[in-house]
Amino acid sequence: MARVVVDVMLKPEILDPQGQAVQRALPRLGFDGIADVRQGKRFELELEGPVDDAALARIREAAETFLANTVIEDFTVRIEEEAK
Amino acid sequence: MTTRVGVVTFPGSLDDRDAQRAVRLAGAEPVALWHRDKDLHQVDAVVLPGGFSYGDYLRAGAISRFSPVMQTIIEQAKLGMPVLGICNGFQVLTESHLLPGAMLRNNHLHFICREQKLRVENAGTAWTSDYQAGQEIYIPLKNMDGRYTADARTIDELEAEGRVVFRYLASGPGEVGNPNGSLNDIAGICNAAGNVVGLMPHPEHAVEPLVGTGGTDGLGFFTSVLKQLVNT
Repeated sequence: MARVVVDVMLKPEILDPQGQAVQRALPRLGFDGIADVRQGKRFELELEGPVDDAALARIREAAETFLANTVIEDFTVRIEEEAK
Repeated sequence: MTTRVGVVTFPGSLDDRDAQRAVRLAGAEPVALWHRDKDLHQVDAVVLPGGFSYGDYLRAGAISRFSPVMQTIIEQAKLGMPVLGICNGFQVLTESHLLPGAMLRNNHLHFICREQKLRVENAGTAWTSDYQAGQEIYIPLKNMDGRYTADARTIDELEAEGRVVFRYLASGPGEVGNPNGSLNDIAGICNAAGNVVGLMPHPEHAVEPLVGTGGTDGLGFFTSVLKQLVNT
């Protein structure tokens, strides 16, 4: 089965308090040197058929209308190579 | 004929009963609408209540927006039917694109629950005609994702067209009015026609002296729409 990954991130100009909270917690746990954290969502879509242009176009449409809210979020769509 | 105001129940709605009660107290007949039923059962207006529809999975309101009942509500709202979205209902309205912008996690990351002072900025909408522009009211606020945001052009447009309907106010000196980082202290907005209104605070929890904090400042939402429907 083919897998397509959709990553959804808050737009850079949108304040991400969850990412900030994670960033602030890191040094307390001994993980130094991390200047910024932004938190996003990753969707792994397992396709029934092949990953062709038509399938990718439909997934982009799903990402744009449903998986991401493009008022506040950006998304990327990529095909994940099958693990051998 | 009695005015019929529908209240939608999604899986995870919490305040549908309170909204029905508020409708009844205002003198209209509440009609329970089910999310899977496209039929609006001849209602004259619709309230989308607060809660955590579909568990707020994906984003608050994102899944409810695609429910069968919402397809009819979106159609009817565009034709002028009054729709009020409260809290999660407001989130459903922005996800449906009936209202612009989006709601984000509160900037302090805490669930907030308090009585909130608001200023009614626009008393010309279907749901606010019983208030005076500039009137200050107290309405309970309780949410996790209440930080209203939109791009700068949308905010300018909302401000220029008087479509910011409610703004958060500090309840006293030294208090912080804005509870969540909302842009321009926006608590609620409306569409261009003024029939669709969304806000984060809960007017349906402020309709009876006996319960809650005892305020009745929220009743005006429901009497406003009743008056508008009777007059048309």
